[in-house]
Amino acid sequence: MQAKDKETQNIWRVIGASSVGTLIEWYDFYIFGSLATVIASQFFPKTDPTAALLSTLATFAAGFIVRPFGALVFGRLGDLVGRKYTFLLTLVIMGGATFAIGLVPSFERIGFAAPIIVLILRLLQGLALGGEYGGAATYVAEHAPPDRRGYYTSWIQTTATLGLFVSLGVILLTRHSLDPDLQRSIAKFNDWGWRIPFLVSILLVIVSIYIRMKMKESPLFVKLKSEGKVSANPLKESFVHKANLKMVLLALFGATMGQGVIWYTGQFYAQSFIENVCKVDFDQSRTIIIWAILLATPLFVVFGAWSDRVGRKWIMLAGMLCGILFFRPIYNQFLELSLTSIKTRQAEAGIATRQASLINGTADSVITTSTLYVYPEHLQFKQVQTDTLFQGGAIHYGELKTAEKKLLGTVYWKFVFLVFVQVVFVTMVYGPIAAFLVEMFPTRIRYTSMSLPYHVGNGVFGGLTPFIATLLTTIYTGDKLVGLWYPILIAAVCLLIGAVYLRNGIDPDVND
Amino acid sequence: MNAMKKVLGILWLALGPVAIYYLVRTALHEISVKPLIDTKIQWGVFVVVFIPIAIGLMIFGYFSLRGEYDHLPENSAEVE
Repeated sequence: MQAKDKETQNIWRVIGASSVGTLIEWYDFYIFGSLATVIASQFFPKTDPTAALLSTLATFAAGFIVRPFGALVFGRLGDLVGRKYTFLLTLVIMGGATFAIGLVPSFERIGFAAPIIVLILRLLQGLALGGEYGGAATYVAEHAPPDRRGYYTSWIQTTATLGLFVSLGVILLTRHSLDPDLQRSIAKFNDWGWRIPFLVSILLVIVSIYIRMKMKESPLFVKLKSEGKVSANPLKESFVHKANLKMVLLALFGATMGQGVIWYTGQFYAQSFIENVCKVDFDQSRTIIIWAILLATPLFVVFGAWSDRVGRKWIMLAGMLCGILFFRPIYNQFLELSLTSIKTRQAEAGIATRQASLINGTADSVITTSTLYVYPEHLQFKQVQTDTLFQGGAIHYGELKTAEKKLLGTVYWKFVFLVFVQVVFVTMVYGPIAAFLVEMFPTRIRYTSMSLPYHVGNGVFGGLTPFIATLLTTIYTGDKLVGLWYPILIAAVCLLIGAVYLRNGIDPDVND
Repeated sequence: MNAMKKVLGILWLALGPVAIYYLVRTALHEISVKPLIDTKIQWGVFVVVFIPIAIGLMIFGYFSLRGEYDHLPENSAEVE
């Protein structure tokens, strides 16, 4: 009995130490993406704002694309020298790169050196993240009892979503606390305050490094090493030997590819869509995600634990099917609930303010008309039109733009619910997947073999979801939901492969 | 089920080249419509990243067609 208590205590220590470090790595990785627009204005030429934003998104994508390389580099290291030291190293690299981003001078001060340094640091972040997850999942799974592997590894699965939660929370807190006046606080945040979330990371990383230093090596790896059975060439064994390569391909096309797009659609594309297509304001588009994540996160553990009883396969595939069936109806609801054009026509009167100012050195003037519409228990927004009145009497009418849209009352909570439902799909596909991947590969090449399909699935297929979906809306402009066909199609192919090829077993022994 | 895996194997084998063709064609079209550095970078990244994955899908299809997935390993000894 006492031995069992000690064992349970030990596994929680292992989970705690692994999860905290992994959560911090996700936090570090996400703050860059969450601050893409601010970073664009700091580090990329301002001549064209779209170009600046795309440059940052490209950097963002670079962060995701190098993840598979990180998986190869650190996976190999983890199978050669051990799990503990490898994911300690990834933490140091991630923490150092994040802290350094917070210190890089702006483009105005050091010119093109600034975006180049930021790009390099971002690549290092992606590389480190590529090595982290496989190590943490393997480490926990190799400590867990066979009948609870899904449950214990699901705690690691919560860290990615919680990392996003913490990053959004820290950004919002910082943005609101730099000055008693909100507008000034936001201006300070955009100027220099955005650096704080990056700099704060170093404290978290130091604590996590301390905790991880005290951890012991995975017992299975120690056993392998003592028996002299450690792989001499994990890359070759993983990706050249046909017996293992076919399992790597199956893991990618039958599980992680679909899981990646469901995850990134449910959390990242949802935020991007709410902010950029529905035009909901900055704060609300983030608090909606925060609430949804907070409410749905326990389900990672529920589905992880459930997979110990019924198997991993069908829970993950059911999550993919839900995404395929419900993404379009959900996003259609986002549009309908936030559609201002219909409401504008129905409006009897808005509260209008008009400002006129002369253009420097001319007799022409700019007239800005701002109309506030309030629909109790629904939403409020401003419509702003900037017209130019020329000296001769001609007028150039500017485009009518919607700004500062805020969701009110039940509509806000409907948005939270719709994102929550998507995060539930995420918990279904993501909760059991660590145990699923660990069980697919032998101990001697596990770190390498599971890391690559995971990071190709999540980094490439998933990480590029918001980017590709947005790109599709610029090519096919008639349908605002056209971007969803990318995750739906990928998830459908993955569902078919998973349903036909995967086995719904639970490996009773990962010691081999 | 094994017969279905083999039939689907042909589909995956064919899907790889189709995906590569569509990807390259779209990339060239988009770059010609908007020949900016950003467009070139974006589509360059997509082509470089997704072509190896499409080749991976073809290998998966080939294995499937050959019956490699008719029996999945029960333990690590079968994988090694």
